[in-house]
Amino acid sequence: MKAVRFYGTGDIRVEHVPDPEILNPRDAIIKVTSTAICGSDLHIYGGFIPTMQSGDILGHEFMGEVVDVGRDVTTLAVGDRVVVPFTIACGRCYFCREGLWSLCDNSNPNAWMAEKISGYAGSGLFGYSHMYGGYPGGQAEYVRVPFADVGPIKVPTGLSDEQALFLSDIFPTGFMAAEQCQIRPDDTVAVWGCGPVGQFSIRSAFMLGAARVIAIDRVPERLAMAAAAGAETLDYEQVDVPDALRTMTGGQGPDACIDAVGLEAHGTTLDAWYDKAKTSVMLATDRSHALRQAIGACRKGGTVSIPGVYGGWLDKFPLGAAFAKGLTLKMGQTHVHRYMPQLMTRIAQGEIDPSFVVTHRVTLDDAPAMYGTFQHKHDDCVKVVMRP
Amino acid sequence: MQHSSTYSPSLRDLDTAGALTLGGLSLIFAATRRPMVASGLALTSGALLYRRLNGNRRQVSGRAETRAALGGQRGIHVREAVRLEVPIEEVYRFWRQLEHLPQFMSHLESVVEEPDGSRSRWVARGPAGLRVAWDAEIVTERENHTLAWASLPGSDIVTAGSVTFAPVRGGRTTQVTVHLQYAPPAGRAGDWIAWAFGRAPAQTVREDLRRLKQWLEAGELATAGLASTGGAA
Repeated sequence: MKAVRFYGTGDIRVEHVPDPEILNPRDAIIKVTSTAICGSDLHIYGGFIPTMQSGDILGHEFMGEVVDVGRDVTTLAVGDRVVVPFTIACGRCYFCREGLWSLCDNSNPNAWMAEKISGYAGSGLFGYSHMYGGYPGGQAEYVRVPFADVGPIKVPTGLSDEQALFLSDIFPTGFMAAEQCQIRPDDTVAVWGCGPVGQFSIRSAFMLGAARVIAIDRVPERLAMAAAAGAETLDYEQVDVPDALRTMTGGQGPDACIDAVGLEAHGTTLDAWYDKAKTSVMLATDRSHALRQAIGACRKGGTVSIPGVYGGWLDKFPLGAAFAKGLTLKMGQTHVHRYMPQLMTRIAQGEIDPSFVVTHRVTLDDAPAMYGTFQHKHDDCVKVVMRP
Repeated sequence: MQHSSTYSPSLRDLDTAGALTLGGLSLIFAATRRPMVASGLALTSGALLYRRLNGNRRQVSGRAETRAALGGQRGIHVREAVRLEVPIEEVYRFWRQLEHLPQFMSHLESVVEEPDGSRSRWVARGPAGLRVAWDAEIVTERENHTLAWASLPGSDIVTAGSVTFAPVRGGRTTQVTVHLQYAPPAGRAGDWIAWAFGRAPAQTVREDLRRLKQWLEAGELATAGLASTGGAA
């Protein structure tokens, strides 16, 4: 089969590899019909994610048709059309039972690697480094899906691939980011980053009752997409963001702030240049300008919700400011399994059509070029969907 | 108890050759993978080891020396625990059937119990294709609570240990605690060799218990398959 493979920073190739096979009783094999490039794939492309190996198959946003199931999978049958969570979860350990699916104890065969960094390991992920299990990803013609009896959910026939595909990651990720803000009516939520996760955070914040959402980015098309959802927008290259937020909220600050940027933040302020210099000479791993600004801008007693991915160690993290203002910080990989059914219902009922975010439709063969286009935000690129 | 000093041919060859270091290495490997064991507490296993060493290896170890070894200065002493969302009866039943142990103890090749269940024959893999075998007996058995084990006199491997099963979180969860002791012929040198091979005994046992947990909770062992390691397979 064809698959998109990682060979090093900025080096993505499409190659033929052996088809996956059923290895465990709870496995399924999915024939991929649609797969997307995620912003977090760009962190791999940029060389920010440790424990990637040459030849690893990328991709964790995918859907398709079931073509084979293991003997313990009774919930799916060959021919079912499903969308698959990017987090791999057993459904039976303490964390799965608590609804903390992305912290599953039993799905990461390389848990010891993550334990060395984090103390305890999160779940396995598709196509996202060996620290997260080394599972081959979904930017391929076929994928082996472990624990297929609890992960994939069936897609109603009325929905297109593009309407259902983003249940695999970015819609639940944006939704969890907003839910973590514990939004009350009349609340104002500020969102840093208007990429795909930011876009779904904005729409989810409105769904959960926010009165106002203020979206921050510098790319005109992305700000326009945010405005189309009803957000007020700030171009951080044109205005002083903390100052603008203060004024817009009557000197109080947003009730909640969402960092949908993560570890590769750009910025125009002194600390952003400092991050860039330090990470470029390997003295720090993550650039956290957006997170610093969110902590600084948030109102007293507010919540900072972090769907943006961080991979290592932060420098100049303003914990003192977070402490002084009594902030709540919430973060983590998305508990995709928890949100999939309810968000599928919202899509089926027409409350939201996630396909709004798609700007590029290509084939797997175009992956190497599209990673570059997406990374540089060329050609107004917001979201790339590939059909094998 | 006229034992069963069942030396494996490979080990005997090594001994004959005087390759003490390599012999020590294989012991460590066998030992750290040896899970069975039982003795509930360090005290129990210590006492067992003491008796074994003292009674049967007098020519090798004097009393003081043995005591020192069991005190942790020279022997291997591992204690690891894991929690499972599985009823305690089920976990105990699985473990008590010693034939199951090689399913999650990666360096064990087989365990065969005698029909009456009191004794068992263990075969472990060592480095470089070596195999180590020994006989063991259950010395403490409290259903759903404790299983304690010791090697029989005359075995290549002198070891004792325990596994305890305890209900936590109101009985919804079972905690399994494994406690192992080994008297290594090569002492710290043996430990160093194990380290040089990248496998500390505690980490080895931790990975064994992780597989036990996967097996009993998830019903299968997590794997990314060969393709998952990509070009590095």
